Amino acid sequence: MGPKMSVVMLSVTNIERRDPVSGVVLLHPTSLDLRAGEHAVLMGPSGTGKSVLMRSLALLDAIDGGDLRFLGEPVAANDVPHYRCHVAYIAQRPSLFAGTVEDNLRLPFTLYQHRQRHFDPDAVVTLLEAAARPASFLGKAARDLSGGEAQLLNLLRVLQLEPSILLLDEPTSALDEAATAMVESLVSRWAGRKPAETATLWVTHDAAQAWRVGNRFFRMEGGQLEELTEPPAGSTATVREAAP
Amino acid sequence: MNATYLELSWPSLAVAAALILINGAISIALRLGLERKLAIAALRTIVQLLLIGYILKWIFQVDRWYVVLAILALMTLIAGRAAAGRGAVRYHGMGLDAMLSVSASSWLITALGLFAVIHIDPWYRPQYAIPILGMILGNTLTGVSLGLERITDELSARRAQVETLLSLGASRWEAFRPSAQQAIRAGMMPVINAMTVVGLVSLPGMMTGQVLAGQAPEQAIRYQIVIMFLIAAASGLGTVSAVLLVYRRIFSRAHCFLYWRLEERKAGS
Repeated sequence: MGPKMSVVMLSVTNIERRDPVSGVVLLHPTSLDLRAGEHAVLMGPSGTGKSVLMRSLALLDAIDGGDLRFLGEPVAANDVPHYRCHVAYIAQRPSLFAGTVEDNLRLPFTLYQHRQRHFDPDAVVTLLEAAARPASFLGKAARDLSGGEAQLLNLLRVLQLEPSILLLDEPTSALDEAATAMVESLVSRWAGRKPAETATLWVTHDAAQAWRVGNRFFRMEGGQLEELTEPPAGSTATVREAAP
Repeated sequence: MNATYLELSWPSLAVAAALILINGAISIALRLGLERKLAIAALRTIVQLLLIGYILKWIFQVDRWYVVLAILALMTLIAGRAAAGRGAVRYHGMGLDAMLSVSASSWLITALGLFAVIHIDPWYRPQYAIPILGMILGNTLTGVSLGLERITDELSARRAQVETLLSLGASRWEAFRPSAQQAIRAGMMPVINAMTVVGLVSLPGMMTGQVLAGQAPEQAIRYQIVIMFLIAAASGLGTVSAVLLVYRRIFSRAHCFLYWRLEERKAGS
């Protein structure tokens, strides 16, 4: 369980979603509070609504009912871009833009939401060091990156903007062990810097990864969310004790 | 300037029409199987042009504003329908958006041309209003249909990029802009190309017609210049409005990308 005294960052009450074309229910009324310092893991079979929930939380798809609050406040239509800067969605397959790694990292600063900020080369080089990448990585063409490097870039592009919540939708399911470890360490490093102001929700199929990155565990099946009282069974469940 | 105008007789028309036999011979020799299509196309050319010839003759004779307006409206409807295009990706309301952008931009620019540049009198004078609106409609529909095809294509192909931009905090407009730029560029390209080679490679039909009819080339050229700019303005305006109408339909006020509104049309349908 998460620390009881910490602030509720993201709170949804009975949010639901239907397919806009067919009207089929994709997400049954779902409620969830995510507090600072919590690292929730969401597991469950494919196609049961995990991505639907993640996309709804990112407000990428409009919810068809229920209430969503960020730091206690509902999000008005006009404030959605600002909200998305705080609650950042990381997709399974990273989408990069033409140009170099640095071009991709600079891209967010061309947006109105980030007009007050500037690309900070030093901060990025520090992040790159943490990911064991030399500064020359910045000059690499985005299309020449491996799958792991692409996801790394995708993550760095978000982390440099200092979001509050990361919604990670199977970010490592297509990556090898080394790249997976790198992604996990970048996320935990980011969260560790400001534990009282950050939280994550991480979708994974890998029970061992759930143990490594989570301190709260959920299961989604048939569009219904259920909190698990104990961590999912997994081969390496003894690697580390349950998180605080 | 020699102003003798050579009238075409029916027999000489038949000589020209017989040239379709060349195409027929090619089709038979190479077994293209196009004979039927060629025959129908040839017949349509003759029938449609004869028909419009009689209609124009009648309209010029009657010379009533409501008759002229009716034919202009009919031309606009046909152009608007054609502009909805044959793109692979469609959305509900695409036909209406095409119609709106073709008609509004063509009528606005035609009115500007007829009243502020050419100063026709009376205001509905069919010898001017009909061919000029026709030329503008024809080119605007090309721009609108290219623009619509490109924007729907771009948005469905770039769904991941659009959503990545939104996730990074882009407004719906910022997420839409890269696709819009491509589409508007595509829609304006034919007009820019035409303006680039006009007079060098192509002698536009209207100018040729005026010269054949004995008009001084200098006046014919002035008309052509006016027409080129009217066409450029109308097709630019039409393309931009079509793209903006797509924006209104495919992005919600809450900055969501309503990608599910874009439907891939099955091949061959």
